[in-house]
Amino acid sequence: MKYYSYFPGCCMHEETPMYDSSARAVAKALDVELIELDDWNCCGSTPYTVVDELAAFCCCARNLALAEKRGFDLVAACSDCYLILSRTNQHFQHYPEIRAKITEALAAGGLEYHGTVRVRHILDVFANDISSDEIKSRVKVDLSNLKVAPYYGCQVVRPAPSFDDLENPQSLDRLTESLGAKVVPYPLKARCCGGSLILSEDEIVLGLIRKLLENAQANSADLIVTVCPFCQVNLDAYQGAVNRRFKTNFHIPVLFFTQLMGIAFGIDRKTLGLHHNIVSADKILKTLVKV
Amino acid sequence: MVTAKVHGVNDFIQEISAMPGGEKINLCIQCGTCSASCPNANKMDYTPRELIALARAGMRDEVLSSNTMWLCLSCYLCTVRCPRGIVPTYIMHALEHLSMRHYRTRPRVRTARLYRLFSDTVHAFGMIPRLGCMMAYFLQTNPLKALRMIRPALGLLTHGRMPIKAHKLEPEPMKQLKAILDKAEAMGGL
Repeated sequence: MKYYSYFPGCCMHEETPMYDSSARAVAKALDVELIELDDWNCCGSTPYTVVDELAAFCCCARNLALAEKRGFDLVAACSDCYLILSRTNQHFQHYPEIRAKITEALAAGGLEYHGTVRVRHILDVFANDISSDEIKSRVKVDLSNLKVAPYYGCQVVRPAPSFDDLENPQSLDRLTESLGAKVVPYPLKARCCGGSLILSEDEIVLGLIRKLLENAQANSADLIVTVCPFCQVNLDAYQGAVNRRFKTNFHIPVLFFTQLMGIAFGIDRKTLGLHHNIVSADKILKTLVKV
Repeated sequence: MVTAKVHGVNDFIQEISAMPGGEKINLCIQCGTCSASCPNANKMDYTPRELIALARAGMRDEVLSSNTMWLCLSCYLCTVRCPRGIVPTYIMHALEHLSMRHYRTRPRVRTARLYRLFSDTVHAFGMIPRLGCMMAYFLQTNPLKALRMIRPALGLLTHGRMPIKAHKLEPEPMKQLKAILDKAEAMGGL
């Protein structure tokens, strides 16, 4: 059994409950214990950093301080949470003035942080802490007819070098292959989906989403798997808007990689939250997946 | 160059260099790798390379009133490619921050409103309830634009992905978070 502190992030209560439920189910199947951090708060994301950087760091530092008490690696499922928490850690270690200010602010809430928590992304955990043989041994369903485009997005691999290449990452490719599915080339795999600017600059962001969908289709992908809630929402919930705006006809299901893992492990549809996916994967899974 | 004379060339660049991540702005060799890597460079008033050049020339108003930094997606592609180890993404964040202070009452771009709303919401609830946030944002900016968002929003709603009831932090942890954030804000930033 491997133990981790788990930081779900706001998206899991809002747009992507299926990421949360599938991640927990897959973890259980792999003897990984994801212990949710008690009383965690929002990471503040990029917007808070822009408005008040110190407050944004303190927002994250509270979560880091809570995780430090428990002592395990802190695992985030959302790439933005992962980046913002890691960034707080880095600034805490590199800038003594920032460290002093964060320490003072945390004290106002009766907390202290010493900078010892290691922040991880859940892709890193499933792709690197679990061996591919172990993954293969859990696979019960044949995915060999399924062509998958592995989509990383930006913030899981950048800016700081961590567990994968900055521009041409491979961990999700390897993991998808271990599940028995076919991985198609996906040159835009680490390009940005536009994130929350879909609300303020939708014209521009719809164009970015279109490129990502086009690239997957051009490489004959049956579906896209992703590791970030923002990517999933943009590619899934706004796929219809892209079709209307550009007169295209995309119908590409966008699953979380943990949902695909769950399908391979034979976990039931409801637990994996496949009914939450807006572009339904049912037809493709019915025709291409043999139980 | 009028701006440079009014504000002084070095003031602006020093202001940026003093912010974490902005230190290396003076190392820029104007190679344009950042602009070539940016997914939104063609939509910007000035490309990231041009923006850095303007900042170094002390052209504060031109820089802070441009849309450039507000179209930064924080994808960090420029950052990992910069041959001088500059972090253009952090410079964009720093410029967004300065622009927000500069145009406090009337932000020039919608993204500034969105960011302010998100951070106020975190301060108030410890979370970001999406439905309320989206409605507040469109009411503040352009309610008509909300019409274009109705279909994606309904898609999320009907697939159980946009709870009506806001998820909030419990009272005790919220009190703790608020104490920390109030203290941080009282310190007046970095």
